[in-house]
Amino acid sequence: MSADQPKAIPGPTPETQPFWDGAAAGELRVQRCVACARHYFYPRPVCPHCGSAEVEWVTVSGQASLYSYVISHRPAPGFAGDGPYAIAVVELDEGVRMMTNIVNTEITPENLELDMPLRVVFEPRGDMHVPLFEPARDVA
Amino acid sequence: MSAVIIGAAETDELGKLPDRSAFLLHLEGARNALADAGLTKDDIDGVATVGAPGPVQIAHALGITPAWLDGTSVGGTSFLFHVRHAMAAIDAGLCHTVLITHGESGRSRVGAPPRAFGRDSLLGQFELPYGTMGPATTFTVTALRYMKDTGLTHEQLASVAVAQRRWSSRNPRAAMRDLVTIEDVLASRLVAYPFHLLECCLVTDGGGALVVTSRERAEALGTRKPPVHVLGAGESAESPIISQMEDFTTSRSFRLSSQAAFADAKITHGDVDHLMIYDAFAHIPIYGLEDMGFVGRGEAGAFIEEGHTSPGGRLPMNTNGGGLSYTHTGMYGMFAMQESIRQLRGEAAAQVPGVEIGVVLGNGGMFMSAATLVLSNRRP
Repeated sequence: MSADQPKAIPGPTPETQPFWDGAAAGELRVQRCVACARHYFYPRPVCPHCGSAEVEWVTVSGQASLYSYVISHRPAPGFAGDGPYAIAVVELDEGVRMMTNIVNTEITPENLELDMPLRVVFEPRGDMHVPLFEPARDVA
Repeated sequence: MSAVIIGAAETDELGKLPDRSAFLLHLEGARNALADAGLTKDDIDGVATVGAPGPVQIAHALGITPAWLDGTSVGGTSFLFHVRHAMAAIDAGLCHTVLITHGESGRSRVGAPPRAFGRDSLLGQFELPYGTMGPATTFTVTALRYMKDTGLTHEQLASVAVAQRRWSSRNPRAAMRDLVTIEDVLASRLVAYPFHLLECCLVTDGGGALVVTSRERAEALGTRKPPVHVLGAGESAESPIISQMEDFTTSRSFRLSSQAAFADAKITHGDVDHLMIYDAFAHIPIYGLEDMGFVGRGEAGAFIEEGHTSPGGRLPMNTNGGGLSYTHTGMYGMFAMQESIRQLRGEAAAQVPGVEIGVVLGNGGMFMSAATLVLSNRRP
């Protein structure tokens, strides 16, 4: 696997465009149901909780906690230079979960404790920006 | 419903088969299952298989003119779905005898469908940018949450692989037959922490097929081998991407499909003599034992470590060696059913004495979908 191969770049679709526009603007945006007031992810036009089509995009805090993860020892394209890396699922304070990477900390089991507080950062990726998460307490 | 399985066979060989395309593996499985049933292609009027190559190509290649087709493709458990759908179709009179085929060049990738996902697919947007590399880096991501919430130890997780080697060591067709210890498993290289190589499934080439018909037709025509009765079946699905699974410590589709199958079959857990749980990774049988209700929450790791699923144990499980040690083409469900059927026919390599009821839990994708079958060698 070539180390100079780029990391995968996401491609927006009409229903996900606001999420990626938010990322480019340094904001984490998810959908919230107007009818039942619950947030949800991944982007889609109908609330999976109550079925309402009256949904809106909201900018969330970017605060999250570490729900679960693996440390990958077989690099995907573009990841060879990172060493072992954490593929994580985080839970936003607003209650929704998403897959991401944990960054700006040493990637070891000892250092990555489930439920530790995290906050969003955005990494440029081609013409896109992807949301990653870093520890909320260690970083100045 | 009164469906029976009257033909069941795998390809002649499993493992590394670069001289056979995925398509040829389907056809070889079909040929062997028809021979096992003592039927010809002209006896078949229904065909089911996954999307690539799909039931049209399989029917056409074999010279079958189908009155019924099913191309349900919901991951490695799809073939269990096909059995359930075939039961309903036969019961409804849509067709009378169904051929279900699997063939996959998972290792050699000869004539295999491309693995690529578009940048704008769900995976391309919400998984691949984070360096996922297929099941080893996604299916596994639930395990640390399960371990924290239930207290499952690394040793208990490793014991799943140890138990299954005890079975595969008795099976000449198994790819991996050397007994291993917990220490061996934990010393194998890390693939995706907390998973070591021996806690991950094999990647092989192979195939298999089943022939399903009505009990009435089987009894009227006579069968080469005793029919295996499908006493009950259930299916369900959860999320297309693992991050949206509602609880990382339990699979909703494991629970719902098995509840439906047990209710359909009117059996209880104590009736089950033999169990197959789709094992792409070592944590899946742990979830399966709990979600099906064989043990309580957080108890499955100790149950396996104490030997209850091993040879001589009270709930023999994954007796072919499973996806970890027998074979795993990528869509393992066909092989889980084949071993259950062999056990019920009394022709398994590591035969368990006195098996009358066997249960098979198939997983699709990364906890994406599941189906459960209850099978028996006794007429209900």
